[in-house]
Amino acid sequence: MGIEDKLPSGLLLTTVEQIAGLGRKASMWPATFGLACCAIEMMAVGTPDYDLARFGMERFAATPRQADLMIVAGRVSQKMAPVVRQVYDQMAEPKWVISMGVCASSGGMFNNYAIVQGVDHIIPVDIYLPGCPPRPQMLLNAIITLHQQVRHAPLGVNRAKAVAAAEAAALEATPTSLMPATHVHGHHELTSGQGPDHPSFVGRNLLA
Amino acid sequence: MSDSRELEPQGGHSGERESEPGLLASVAGFGVTFSTMFKKVYTEEYPEEKRPTQPRFHGRHQLNRHPDGLEKCVGCELCAWACPADAIFVQGADNDDTPIELGGTGRFSPGERYGRVYQINYLRCIFCGLCIEACPTRALTMTNFYELVDDNRTDLIYTKDQLLAPLQEGMLPPPFPMVDGLEERDYYQGKVSSATDEQRAYVEDYAARAESSDTSGSDASASAQSTVDEEVAR
Repeated sequence: MGIEDKLPSGLLLTTVEQIAGLGRKASMWPATFGLACCAIEMMAVGTPDYDLARFGMERFAATPRQADLMIVAGRVSQKMAPVVRQVYDQMAEPKWVISMGVCASSGGMFNNYAIVQGVDHIIPVDIYLPGCPPRPQMLLNAIITLHQQVRHAPLGVNRAKAVAAAEAAALEATPTSLMPATHVHGHHELTSGQGPDHPSFVGRNLLA
Repeated sequence: MSDSRELEPQGGHSGERESEPGLLASVAGFGVTFSTMFKKVYTEEYPEEKRPTQPRFHGRHQLNRHPDGLEKCVGCELCAWACPADAIFVQGADNDDTPIELGGTGRFSPGERYGRVYQINYLRCIFCGLCIEACPTRALTMTNFYELVDDNRTDLIYTKDQLLAPLQEGMLPPPFPMVDGLEERDYYQGKVSSATDEQRAYVEDYAARAESSDTSGSDASASAQSTVDEEVAR
């Protein structure tokens, strides 16, 4: 990214990290980007009633090139997916994504061929926000949570280390297809034969 | 007559009307801005001062308990069937009144069955409340809590231990038997007000047994815990 990424590691970088984190947190512009009903709540957050400007988000940037935060507000159809990706690609680093509402997060109640089952299939998501649509306070809460994340985000070598660690963990992780289907509650085994080892459950991801 | 009305704006009168407000007209708008400075601020100072929701706001779910602590959920899966977004997963199991030393698994709810696995995927749930309408025992209700947010999809699948209502005064953690001499029907007729001494003794005995079995077979319980952690998400 910028000059802050080329600094040597150690004491200096940690200090810069803190300052940069504060700066990024306190001035984050969302992209003007709404897809469905969640966008109405997103607009409500911009009104004086909730006043997004209190969090340093003075306005919704009219171009993705000036935006730092993408709030995917609404269901993403298969046809819209390339557009979402393009808007994301046009945003300058550093950039963050909030997946607002259940449709953007997982497809929600639209479990069908027309809707992308979670916007994280297309772009990396930092914060998932449930609700249909989430009330403005929920979006504010998500933004505050993201701010906490951004404030403590690593830079430069620290960032490279964190990315490498995350990637190593992802490679280690058990694929969902190999995960146990359900879990055992407490230390009780079932006697009825309908436990998680029942043939109809083995290898199945029941909440998929 | 209608002709003259339509023509009126284009006549000479309108020009005179525009000049009526005078020189200060262009600054008059600032007066509105200025006077706003002395008005009450209507902004909700969200994280510090939360405006209360409506009393029947559809928030996070809660699995309720009977006054003695037994769960109200009977594992019927009607909530899962009613859910338009397929966000609920329930797996019922039989209550077992056989003593623990004879291999019984215990009683979690009055009656025949209880919800052994109960999960709600909050990234599917649309908070419509159809599950609450479907619940025959009022086991599932909604709270006014709405601050649900996370940075991954797995943690937004809430499991039974997160959804269960906290134990209140006079409640005990299941499993334990029903109040002596009462049957399932009596629980719904409000004949149970709190846990009895017999139930309390059973729960203490159960906890002591679980502790001793944990120390002898810690490997088994650890592996059971890891399967809980590997909760599946998509």
